[in-house]
Amino acid sequence: MSWTMISNEENYRIGIDVGGTNTDSALLDSKLNTIHTVKVHTTRDVNEGIVESIRRLLAESGVNPARVQYAMLGTTHCTNAIVERKHLGKVGLIRIGAPATTSVPPLADWDDTLKAAIGSHAYVARGGYEYDGRTIVELDEAEIKDYLGRMKGEVQAVAVCGVFSPVNASQEKRVAELAKEVLGEAMPVTLSHEIGSIGILERENASLLNGALLNVIAGVVRGFEQALQSFGIDAGVYICQNDGTLMRSEYALRYPILTIACGPTNSIRGAAHLSGLNNALVIDIGGTTTDIGVLAQGFPRQSSAAVEIGGVRTNFRMPDILSIGIGGGTIVRDLGDAVTVGPDSVGYELLKRGRIFGGDTLTATDVAVKLGRYDWDGARTEELDASVCRKADEIITRDIEDAIDRMKTSAEAVDVVLVGGGSILVPDKLEGVGRIVRPDHYDAANAIGAALGEVSGETERIYSLDEMTYDEAMADAKSNAVEQAVLAGADRATVQIVLSEDIPLAYMPGNALLVKVKAAGRL
Amino acid sequence: MANNKDQNKLTELDEQAVQYIAVGAAVLGTGGGGDPHIGKLMAMEAIRKYGPVRLVRPEELEDDSLVVPLSMIGAPTVMNEKIPSIEQMTRPLDLIEKELGRKVSAVMPIEVGGGNSLVPVIAAAERGIPILDADAMGRAFPESQMVTFYLDGIDCSPITMADERGNGVLMHAIDGVWEERMARALTIQMGGSASICDYPVSGAQVKKSAVPHTLTLAYEIGKTLFESKEMKQNPIEALLKQLNGYALFNGKAVDIRRRTEGGFTRGEAVFEGTDAEKGRTMRLFFQNEFLLATEDGRSLAVTPDLISLLDQDTGMPITTENLKYGARVTAVGFPCDPRWRTPKGLETVGPKYFGYDAPYVPIEELAAGKGGDL
Repeated sequence: MSWTMISNEENYRIGIDVGGTNTDSALLDSKLNTIHTVKVHTTRDVNEGIVESIRRLLAESGVNPARVQYAMLGTTHCTNAIVERKHLGKVGLIRIGAPATTSVPPLADWDDTLKAAIGSHAYVARGGYEYDGRTIVELDEAEIKDYLGRMKGEVQAVAVCGVFSPVNASQEKRVAELAKEVLGEAMPVTLSHEIGSIGILERENASLLNGALLNVIAGVVRGFEQALQSFGIDAGVYICQNDGTLMRSEYALRYPILTIACGPTNSIRGAAHLSGLNNALVIDIGGTTTDIGVLAQGFPRQSSAAVEIGGVRTNFRMPDILSIGIGGGTIVRDLGDAVTVGPDSVGYELLKRGRIFGGDTLTATDVAVKLGRYDWDGARTEELDASVCRKADEIITRDIEDAIDRMKTSAEAVDVVLVGGGSILVPDKLEGVGRIVRPDHYDAANAIGAALGEVSGETERIYSLDEMTYDEAMADAKSNAVEQAVLAGADRATVQIVLSEDIPLAYMPGNALLVKVKAAGRL
Repeated sequence: MANNKDQNKLTELDEQAVQYIAVGAAVLGTGGGGDPHIGKLMAMEAIRKYGPVRLVRPEELEDDSLVVPLSMIGAPTVMNEKIPSIEQMTRPLDLIEKELGRKVSAVMPIEVGGGNSLVPVIAAAERGIPILDADAMGRAFPESQMVTFYLDGIDCSPITMADERGNGVLMHAIDGVWEERMARALTIQMGGSASICDYPVSGAQVKKSAVPHTLTLAYEIGKTLFESKEMKQNPIEALLKQLNGYALFNGKAVDIRRRTEGGFTRGEAVFEGTDAEKGRTMRLFFQNEFLLATEDGRSLAVTPDLISLLDQDTGMPITTENLKYGARVTAVGFPCDPRWRTPKGLETVGPKYFGYDAPYVPIEELAAGKGGDL
């Protein structure tokens, strides 16, 4: 085979999304066209489902494993480990905070089972910075070495969280050096400024959970890499983050907490790609619910609420999703003088209980087929009461329109991407909606989202506008975010700012401004 | 808790009560006052350590007892990062006692709105003294002189402040406005967040000048919201009854503009009516707190009456910092303490003070369709 032939051969990427019920996978070519998708049940040993997915993707597509260039995994492993309190490692915490912060000790809002899983080595040491980076007090290294010494043999990781470390990380970095000195070079150390933003308790919680998940993520990455190798795939391995971007596997090994809840994000990203839209609502209609997310500049709009993981408040932001109780299996009732829709559903029993399938329960799917939205071979629609169906359809359409209106950010018409098996419920016209796009491969949008491969970097800092102009502050934050993205593996030439927001800090003269910027670029 | 239930009257603050008050205080915070989350965690930690805190009503105080308001001054964002130290929560009390040469009988919140509602709980728990069921605003306001004590000409001095390092300050200010200037400057040097005692008052002064029973009110509001959530009911009706309030508007945020001026977040938000109110447009003006709501050139509610934004589904309060595009809200308004409606009250916290060209009209009159033209 000559070299020209090799270079003409197509390169591929695999995306896998492991959810609670299904493991979805997708094979994309180098132009990000979807070649093939596979859906299998998520197995108890999650790796089995991953292996089966790869096997079927390759076998059914006939693609040469050697041509798979990238492999991306989004997984619920870490979320499950926290929720079930299983496989978590013991973590020692040094909070650099005293004399500040002593009125709320570490783990104050943790429940006992999670506390027990993490262990009993949490210390508040002297140190910390002001919002402008000034030192509150210097580290007392003897004190810190003492705390670290007590952790010997009893922790598998160390987490370090200092007051205003996102503004000035020097003390956290010094404690990391001391931790290696006392506990050995191999001791993994999580520094909070690398994980989170302003809000010490949430960042501390996230850092602790991160340390506890190191073993879990190591198993995931090892399993994924072995599975790939066993099929002869020698690819760059990436893991999905909750913000819709990717990180290299070696980066994931250090920051497993960032993989939490990437599933909904992947669905929205996948829908964006399949539809070619960058700004739209993504409506995922399943058997029981309709989930609406917002796609802004190609990324999911995030919820402003603090996110709890396993009952612990963290500073992670999740996609802003609105769920309503309308799905393909939603039960429709004729009460004589009125028709009601849901909120209960026949769920996965639709094909048995739905009227058009010969069952006894009128569902939203029956209504849609009766009204000609979808042609289902052999559907028994004759006996269905057309006026009841029309009334039910009015309710369903109104509820979905109302939910769309809730998620819109302006009165202008918005484009909608419809995914999920229940999307046949939706008519071709909706109030307040511009285009309605129903893409191919809609049921594997999550796996396709996983495969898309943009990597990101974020920065969050407080600037004093007495010392610099607004433009200088924003420029500094942006260049910082770009560097973070490049550090995470992005091709510098393709990196763009995807999110930029600034919040004036209330009650604080000196014109303090909190700036958050995120940049993302292609692999 | 059992104690509270039996008498059907709040007599002590336990962990549950603190959780309710935190939510109620966010409603009374009218969009400002800071996130009560840290204050709640601090209070719960103190109660776990020292036991529940007794709640004393103004009418139960001896006239010559010494009551001291204790609060945090500065940026809530800073307090969420640089959480106060334990010592910092009692040092201002030590300094006041030293200056006045007598013991503090009870602490009280200076404002019931937002994070400061629970700050005195920590000192009360550690000292084993009660917390007073009253405050000096009946809501939240952004500046130190905006208290009912100021209206009645009560001396704000001696004023004491502390940071986490161990620095303590004793100040004598000629009035509340000077207190605000000096305390704000010190707060910057102390890192953007400090503890402060001002307006030390006697039992007699409390009875005359404080806004009574506001912690109980916050507790009741929080309880209503939690219970409605459990029973999956819409809490807004029940809440309006509790507060003698009015539903001003049901709508969706379609435009929000914020800017910083003099250390405060000022701005305005525009809402479009939803459901039965489609076609209406409300404008809401804020300076940390929501201060003025208008529709078609007419006021719906004006400071110092309270304006809160509640999530249409859950009834949970929304702050000026967390308000975002697309939020579905019910704007509610309720009457302020009558002292704010006096000439001096309106001079201190009325619309003119905040730079709004709107006359003050009590919300009861506005709701009845009287006055309020801009």
